[in-house]
Amino acid sequence: MHSFGYRANALLTFAVTILALMCAMASISDNFNHPSPSAHVEVLNINWFQKQSKGNDEVSMQLNISADLQSLFTWNTKQVFVFVAAEYETPKNSLNQISLWDGIIPSREHAKFWIHTSNKYHFIDQGSNLRGKEFNLTLHWHVMPKTGKMFADKIVMSGYRLPEEYR
Amino acid sequence: MGWIGETMDSIKSLQIRQVLTQAISLGMIVTSALIIWKALMCITGSESPVVVVLSESMEPGFKRGDILFLHMSKDPVRAGEIVVFNVDGRDIPIVHRVIKVHERQDTGEVDVLTKGDNNNKDDRVLYAHRQLWLQQHHIMGRAAGFLPYVGWVTIIMTEKPIIKYILIGALGLLVITSKD
Repeated sequence: MHSFGYRANALLTFAVTILALMCAMASISDNFNHPSPSAHVEVLNINWFQKQSKGNDEVSMQLNISADLQSLFTWNTKQVFVFVAAEYETPKNSLNQISLWDGIIPSREHAKFWIHTSNKYHFIDQGSNLRGKEFNLTLHWHVMPKTGKMFADKIVMSGYRLPEEYR
Repeated sequence: MGWIGETMDSIKSLQIRQVLTQAISLGMIVTSALIIWKALMCITGSESPVVVVLSESMEPGFKRGDILFLHMSKDPVRAGEIVVFNVDGRDIPIVHRVIKVHERQDTGEVDVLTKGDNNNKDDRVLYAHRQLWLQQHHIMGRAAGFLPYVGWVTIIMTEKPIIKYILIGALGLLVITSKD
């Protein structure tokens, strides 16, 4: 009853159980955090706006993205993945979401930022519906913990509009 | 050396009834593990409720050896979600983030494009030949939670099958030689 094998087994089981419990508690502690992030995105300039040879519209724009996501970080946060997506509706598609830019915030110190950039990913429509199109820009964040449940949310900013004509 | 002698003695003194009891206990353990796995599949609604991260394409968020807990619901896929999908013809699931979504007005079906956080290009190179988008039925689950490092056991067992055989052999030996 007290051989090395039994003792090692009991110790290992206990250790694993305690570890699992600690991970669960770390994850639950994230629920007590009530974040209040803020963000602002501005379209500074439309670089170009054309119809591709395949018939799909494509637009390239300069964006100014500023955000304060410091309140999202807890002690159990490994990183926050943030991205800005354009959302709009077309006759064929009830929802189109195109990610324009994304970034990784590794720590709280980097969570208050502003960045001036052109869109990282191609803003291509399925079809030719973008002229004069109104769209929302949403800033999404995805809190990736050191262990446990992941949280995601977003801020929707509306009122953006693409030009009526190609340039 | 005395330990090996003891083991040989205990193997020789086996009785049929004892062996059968051991076999049944082993069977019970294996089947209860299977029951838990299937129950997890039911609860999370996903075909594989737990996956191991195999590549570095999602670093620094997910490293090789982390395990992900998946969830699947009928809600349409949205941008930003981390999804696990199988490409037609390949059986290794890929865990990447959705960067583009186009949802049809009439059918509600979605075209989805994914990309690994740590990759420079989107996943079109990984999809089947000439496939431009993923559909909802390719997606096996959304990542809801994660545990670091725990998946290394699976990776080691897959990449060095010898360890798997040694482990199962040792377990079998332990079951046979233990008296209760």
